[in-house]
Amino acid sequence: MTAVLTQPRPIRLKGRSFLALALTPELPFEDWLIRLDDLAGRSAGFFLRRPVVLDVDGLDIDRAELRGLVEQLGRRNVRIMGIEGARPSLMGADLPPAMTDGRAASDFEAPDAAQASQPELPPPAIQAEPQALRAAPSLVITDPVRSGQSILFPEGDVTVVGSVASGAEIVAGGSIHVYGTLRGRAMAGTTGAASARIFCRKLEAELIAIDGFYRTAEDLDPDLWGRAVQIWLEGEAIKAGILG
Amino acid sequence: MGKVIVVTSGKGGVGKTTSSAALGAALAQNGDKVVVVDFDVGLRNLDLVMGAERRVVYDLVNVIQGEAKLTQALIRDKRVETLYLLPASQTRDKDNLTPEGVETVINTLKKAFDWVICDSPAGIERGATLAMRHADVAIVVTNPEVSSVRDSDRIIGLLDSKTLKAENGERMEKHLLLTRYDPARAERGDMLKVDDVLEILSIPLLGIIPESMDVLRASNLGAPVTLADGKCAPAVAYFNAARRLAGEELPVAVPGEKRSFFGKIFGRKAA
Repeated sequence: MTAVLTQPRPIRLKGRSFLALALTPELPFEDWLIRLDDLAGRSAGFFLRRPVVLDVDGLDIDRAELRGLVEQLGRRNVRIMGIEGARPSLMGADLPPAMTDGRAASDFEAPDAAQASQPELPPPAIQAEPQALRAAPSLVITDPVRSGQSILFPEGDVTVVGSVASGAEIVAGGSIHVYGTLRGRAMAGTTGAASARIFCRKLEAELIAIDGFYRTAEDLDPDLWGRAVQIWLEGEAIKAGILG
Repeated sequence: MGKVIVVTSGKGGVGKTTSSAALGAALAQNGDKVVVVDFDVGLRNLDLVMGAERRVVYDLVNVIQGEAKLTQALIRDKRVETLYLLPASQTRDKDNLTPEGVETVINTLKKAFDWVICDSPAGIERGATLAMRHADVAIVVTNPEVSSVRDSDRIIGLLDSKTLKAENGERMEKHLLLTRYDPARAERGDMLKVDDVLEILSIPLLGIIPESMDVLRASNLGAPVTLADGKCAPAVAYFNAARRLAGEELPVAVPGEKRSFFGKIFGRKAA
């Protein structure tokens, strides 16, 4: 008798972020809906086929009111894909899922009265590169990173002035710089940046990884141990070289 | 107001209870009023090491649960009259330690004593976090071996995040007490070197206690080593550590070596 324990191909799950329109309703909802209708009237189809998140942070409402608002919006063809800033007690299986950690992008331009008189204009485009001139964010840590601590910084580079202890980990979206001894785990380029690198003044790491490709301490060249080293990715191979 | 000291380590068996008793007795012999509080509910040992096991009537849990007054639970040492013990309960569960209860007890003790020494249980669970919560100063007890050093590093991280001082944005004063240091094994390279431990933990060195049969003998006699034989090497090391704790600047001698560390200088740049 044979039993199939696992399916040969597992289901793939991937994280991905999308740009959505965040609506911030105000109390009383009746007045706010009138203003929304006014906006929709000036630009037919503004909300059509657009992902919309409802931001209810700071609103003193109960679950029935929230459900009512979602229904009201549904009737106006505004489909809510998620709710941000709601207390867990407000949420339920009949409501869209909770969303957290939203980050601001550029404001959507609401159509104004002038545009309403020129209905042939396409809906305003989403401005996708509002932060082109901003420096890449980085995180500087001046204290030693202790065993059991985990520094997560998907936004960019992490610089540690002291050492990273055995049993500690640094997870960075960009590169990792350690000016002391790297004894713990360092994972750079975790959001898909294959050009990220790891630099340390003394390499005694338990594990290093760039863009998901990793090496444990055992796989590292013993000649690199205890030296000032940089680590980078070439294709799918982890490369390391002595600095200075 | 007295100073609240937590003696902690993460790992078990490194010498927290021995050090709590020895430092408490050393400080009390200078005439300071000292209370040593056993936080190891369920696995108490401090009463044995201090030779008070036959005099325990009430304990820390009784006081927190309101079943006894603090003055009823405190046991005065028969040898040094300024040394007191607040024992832990052996029969109760550690869940009986409530954060509010611990806070009240510590605040009351602080008013009546110069030093409140909290002997933390091993681990990083409730008992250990409650013992460190109200401390002004932490003594991290570490053996010169990798597992102990890593656990100590973990504890230092908790001292910097889970204590009242850390939550108020202040910095917890931390000291390293290196115990069970064996010069012969250090000579053979079987142990981590003092420099390596200091480099990894980067907190100032309070003292190095040599591995010695005198410590075990004193424990079995029911006396802190600083009371049993004040002249033996570990007792001298504890006396010196107590002087450094009180603010004196003394170089730390490495047992079996001629060189010494200025613990205070060491720490200032890193901690």
